[in-house]
Amino acid sequence: MKRRVVLGIAVAAALAVLPFRVPSNWQNLLISTFYYAYLGQAWNILGGYAGQLSLGHAAFFAIGAYTSAVLAIHLGISPWLGMVAGALLAALLSLGIGYLGFRFGLRGFYFILLTLAVAEICRLVALHLPILGGYTGLFINFTPDPWQFQFQGKIPYYFIALGFLGVASGIAWLIQRSKLGTYLVAIREDEDASEALGVDTFRYKMVAYAVSAALTAPGGTFYAYFQFYLQPNTVLNINHSVDIMIRPIVGGSGTILGPVLGSLLLELLGEFSRTYFAAGVAGLNVVIYGILLIVVVLFLPRGVYPTLTHLMRRPAAGRRP
Amino acid sequence: MLYVQAVINGLLVGGVYSLMALGLSLIFGVMRVINFAHGDMMVWGMYLSYWLFVRLGVDPYVSILVTGAVVFLLGAVVQQGLVNRILEAPHEMQILLMLGVALTLENLALVIWGPDPRRVNTAYALRTYWLGPIVLDLPRVATFVLALALALALYLFLKRTDLGRMIRAASDNRVGALLVGTDILKVFALAFGIGAACVGAAGSLMSPFLPFSPSTGIFFTVTSFNIVIIGGMGSLLGAFVGGLLVGVSESLGAVILVPSLKELFSFVLLILILLFRPQGLLGGSR
Repeated sequence: MKRRVVLGIAVAAALAVLPFRVPSNWQNLLISTFYYAYLGQAWNILGGYAGQLSLGHAAFFAIGAYTSAVLAIHLGISPWLGMVAGALLAALLSLGIGYLGFRFGLRGFYFILLTLAVAEICRLVALHLPILGGYTGLFINFTPDPWQFQFQGKIPYYFIALGFLGVASGIAWLIQRSKLGTYLVAIREDEDASEALGVDTFRYKMVAYAVSAALTAPGGTFYAYFQFYLQPNTVLNINHSVDIMIRPIVGGSGTILGPVLGSLLLELLGEFSRTYFAAGVAGLNVVIYGILLIVVVLFLPRGVYPTLTHLMRRPAAGRRP
Repeated sequence: MLYVQAVINGLLVGGVYSLMALGLSLIFGVMRVINFAHGDMMVWGMYLSYWLFVRLGVDPYVSILVTGAVVFLLGAVVQQGLVNRILEAPHEMQILLMLGVALTLENLALVIWGPDPRRVNTAYALRTYWLGPIVLDLPRVATFVLALALALALYLFLKRTDLGRMIRAASDNRVGALLVGTDILKVFALAFGIGAACVGAAGSLMSPFLPFSPSTGIFFTVTSFNIVIIGGMGSLLGAFVGGLLVGVSESLGAVILVPSLKELFSFVLLILILLFRPQGLLGGSR
């Protein structure tokens, strides 16, 4: 226990000093790592613990982004408050989708497609809503003011992303330790059996979905005030939903550290392919990234974190004759 | 009359959609693998036809033979070299793997052919016939007829040949097929290859009238998903009917709403099907 506390303090101190000691491109890499780990952690609650794979989390992300931006632009409401409103709206949408999907017993591929279809409908609608800027997109004016979620330089964003990740991981940890977490894992492993044992699967899947959606939305707010530009075809793109879901799966879905390790690994692979292959031909770096992703799946088919823990246990087991 | 025209155009495009969805349905039915690279394989078929047309002057309706064969190999290699290795891994890992394949194929097309939209400009591309008040364009009609012929050929292959029976056996009962001595991994590679060949051929067939670029793939992937769910997962007839239905609904959507919202109809149709008949229009019980 004591060793864990010391380790925790050391990691916290390192993370606090880190952004001041590295060049600006590394700052970007770290922000991106935390940010995707945060989104992955949010996805993980539904997709990892409860095993309900969603390919439509871009919808919740977009609700968080657009709600905060529109409220700030038209009513002057601080994005910090808009973020909360976005989270509530995202939870509401997730409850709507969940009610329809889970009520009618949609599982596996059918649930994936339901979430994907809803996100695509959101994209088509957003493209045709004038208040969201349509095809041109929505521009946010830069006025440095922390209350407006706008900062000079990268370092504040680093700490916000890190803080978001900390909160989401804390929530995931609390869920994992609680009865809810046990029920969710039971649903993932065998839904029919857990229902037969009296677990209210519908209710717990709804809770997991709402928490996951509500956590995803602030990621959208962060994106809006980091990029200062929103366009439906990027924010609500299927590829964006894919980006949200691949990191926790690579890292090991249904584990706290999975999304973090997956995000770090993919960020490094992405940076590697950009550094060495982006200069010449357009698209080559993504080809390399795609191949690396395939290689990771082939060599770590259980995810990074489960493989690591397995390797760390092996020597002990190996000592036996 | 506008609507009649829209329905006819929708049916003509729907024929190729059917062929594309038949490929996806076959791959899912046999291996339970969701081919996220389906649309990208289609785009590869389109580009191969484009290449053969520009370099060697081969008509896209002839180059189906080549594109079908090349994309068949691509599919067989993906199954044999990648998917077969992780059959025991968690379900989401297969999804991740196929997403990696999709990303690689899409961007490889971008590296080779660049981002600009292309089209195969045949001499007859704009030739049309009037049937009373209805316009029929020649490429669409030819594409429709050939797509139907290929779909029928696939159906006969699966029902009447030994290889086809082996594939269906592996799909209906994997363990049973293994017990009677089927080399299940080879059958998987064959089935993926055939499914890929369908979508590759569908790409060639569409290339004379539909502009395409590397990023088009994802839309075909999603459309194929819609069709097989609407028609019924794993049901070949369902995929066929679903293709026509989605073709018509997109075409009507473009006329009734605006062209940029044409997919809205098929997504709403998809959600209704998912909720009220999740086994699909022609699917059996799950």
